[in-house]
Amino acid sequence: MTDPNTTLSHLDLETPEKPFLDANELVINMGPQHPATHGVLRVILRLDGEKVLGLECVIGYLHRGVEKIGEHRTYTMFNPYVDRMDYVAAVSNGLGYCETVEKLLNVEAPPRAQHVRVILTELNRIASHQLWLGTHALDIGAITPLFYTFRDREEILKIYEKYCGARLTTHAFRIGGLQYETYTGFEKEVKNFLDFFRPKIDEYEELLTTNRIWVERTKNVGIISAEDCIAFGVTGPVLRASGVKWDLRKAQPYANYKNFDFEIPIGQNGDTYDRYLVRMAEMRQSVRIIQQAVEALPEGPIMAKVPKVIKPPAGEVYHSIEAPKGELGYFIVSDGSTQPYRLRVRPPSFVNLQALDVMCRGQLVADVIAVIGTLDIVLGEVDR
Amino acid sequence: MDRIIQYIESYLGSDKTPGAAGNMFWALVYIMLVFAGLSVAVIAMNWLERKILAHMQVRLGPMRVGPHGLLQPIADAIKLLLKEDIMPSEADGFVFWMAPLIVVLAAFTVFIVVPFGPTHAVTDMNIGILFMLGVSSLSVLGIVMAGWASNSHYPLIGALRSSAQMVSYEIAMGLAVVSAILMTSLNAEGTGTLSMIGIVQAQQAQGEWFIFKFFPLGLIAFFIFAVAMVAETNRAPFDLAEAESELTAGFHTEYSGFRWSLFFLAEYSAMIAVSSIAVTLWLGGWLRPFPNLLSGRIWDLAFSLVPGITFLFFAAICFYNTARMPKHPLFRVQTIGLAGFGAVLGLIGLVLFIPAVSLRVQDIFWFSSKVAGFMYMYIWYRGTFPRYRFDQLMQMGWKVLLPMGLGVLILTAGIALLQQTIWHP
Repeated sequence: MTDPNTTLSHLDLETPEKPFLDANELVINMGPQHPATHGVLRVILRLDGEKVLGLECVIGYLHRGVEKIGEHRTYTMFNPYVDRMDYVAAVSNGLGYCETVEKLLNVEAPPRAQHVRVILTELNRIASHQLWLGTHALDIGAITPLFYTFRDREEILKIYEKYCGARLTTHAFRIGGLQYETYTGFEKEVKNFLDFFRPKIDEYEELLTTNRIWVERTKNVGIISAEDCIAFGVTGPVLRASGVKWDLRKAQPYANYKNFDFEIPIGQNGDTYDRYLVRMAEMRQSVRIIQQAVEALPEGPIMAKVPKVIKPPAGEVYHSIEAPKGELGYFIVSDGSTQPYRLRVRPPSFVNLQALDVMCRGQLVADVIAVIGTLDIVLGEVDR
Repeated sequence: MDRIIQYIESYLGSDKTPGAAGNMFWALVYIMLVFAGLSVAVIAMNWLERKILAHMQVRLGPMRVGPHGLLQPIADAIKLLLKEDIMPSEADGFVFWMAPLIVVLAAFTVFIVVPFGPTHAVTDMNIGILFMLGVSSLSVLGIVMAGWASNSHYPLIGALRSSAQMVSYEIAMGLAVVSAILMTSLNAEGTGTLSMIGIVQAQQAQGEWFIFKFFPLGLIAFFIFAVAMVAETNRAPFDLAEAESELTAGFHTEYSGFRWSLFFLAEYSAMIAVSSIAVTLWLGGWLRPFPNLLSGRIWDLAFSLVPGITFLFFAAICFYNTARMPKHPLFRVQTIGLAGFGAVLGLIGLVLFIPAVSLRVQDIFWFSSKVAGFMYMYIWYRGTFPRYRFDQLMQMGWKVLLPMGLGVLILTAGIALLQQTIWHP
């Protein structure tokens, strides 16, 4: 905190805000068992009445040592473990890991495999945003959107189930491409889903976007400026809602995103409502990407030439992708053996969660819930 | 013995409520009836809320216990009664014990003056509406006590929210009620009344429900009350005191088993109670709809058939669903149960066609169906709206509802004065 570049004026933990008159401060443990902390996040709240004077996140309740496990598994064996980090966006995790190892091996997945990867990853982005929308709305008290989003998420999960047999922790991709060829009728089913899903986004928006209470509960709640976002390393929709046009799909195109035409939705105020709008717009953009990918799905092999035993040359590599929640990066140090020497994950939720304190100061308890929801954290990814 | 029978018989044929006639026996009978009816209503409401909410949210709701989950509330009640009753060791025992009792007492006592018909009330107080408002506000005391006695943070915040909530809606609510009471004075004698039965009779005499009176003044007052009553009963979108996603369960976080079920019972009967106030003040209480537009003996007869038809309609729904039940032997008991339930409803419907019965019961029917409309609105709100933040609720109470209520009151009073002095001197 001594470095002036990283110190933020309003994040002053040493001099506490004075409570009103001589009121007693209330210290509340929110979580790890709490209906709205999205898993086992524990937040220690310091309150003056209902006003939040400061808070601290306690994490680690779901720590499974994924990074350490990585050092004792071969590159292929570790692949399913990454699905268990952000379990609502398992496909994105898999894509990030496979691409990182491919970068290390200096191979590239064939075009057909890359197209299928984009389709499945963008479907996963939609599924993840649906889950975010449902739970976020539920936290703010609107219970109905949850059931609508889960009804429609089911269609995506059905596509996954048909493709690779699993619904949640899919293990859909392999290093070098795909293991499974798409099933018969895959393209048609994806297209059907897109046609089915477009009006559903309008349905969600109808329930919330112009809902007076929703707008009142989310506008000017949990504001974070673009500078703070960058200082904290916050990425993803949270960063974009603060007005920074930063999306790794455009900034450092991976897979074959550069072939697709889509926009990066951004917000202006960096409040909860803008983040909501950004994510809703992202779902529409994902539909657009999938439409293009599925129409231009090329024929050809689905697996690049990858040795049976993966033994990358010694060296290190960092590769990151735009997961639904932000920048998901993998840093792998290889010593030339079949197992990584060190594997480090940069999970978006973990980094975004740091901003919780800044976003909640001076707000009310009810807003803390709204902000936790809008950060879209998954504790499996925070704790790893 | 003869004297007792005489005492019992003396009330029959009276045009007063048993309380007003001073007949203790019939008053007790009425209390029992109201209590039983209320319990049935709470059970039915529990099932209906789950089912209606479920269908709004593209799911089925309870389906396992009994046909279409009809026995689910009973199963839940048994579960709650058998659950361990936990009292936190740090809690203030006596207050912790008292809180649910106060809430339940407040919620049930108000039904003494609820007029289900011109004589169908336990008693008719000349301060009926004041009594109702006063006693139903007592439930907040119970909530604050529960939150404080739990000696835990979440309940405390829930209780604080509840008291903050109360000061912000009660004034607007009171102003809306006063403007309705003002309207009762627009009769020939020029005297108003606070009696619940008197208020409905005033609407009957003026030939106009107060919701339509001085359009749109009555409507606005009704709207203010309709918003405030949701806040009074701690229901979505004003369920701040028990906001489950924020305060786990708010003021009743530490309550379990039977004590918790008392809060639950009180919440639902309070909902029915405040809806009864709204029905009495603005929607003509037990009066049937369209008394002016569709008047005459033939229409009276037609409307007296509606209760029976309604029950037959419900019975028909039951029979239709019985026919749709899976034919598998495992569903036999459920099929028979649903058919039996339909048969009971049909039988009630047929009994309601007997003129002697329908004449006495149709008041209760119209009153209950109006209240049922409010109950549906409650469920609908819950399915549609996110939750207000408590500062936003206070802002709405003080900055929107209170000025509106004041304006409506002043305008109503002004027009009433003009009507009594200039137009009809």
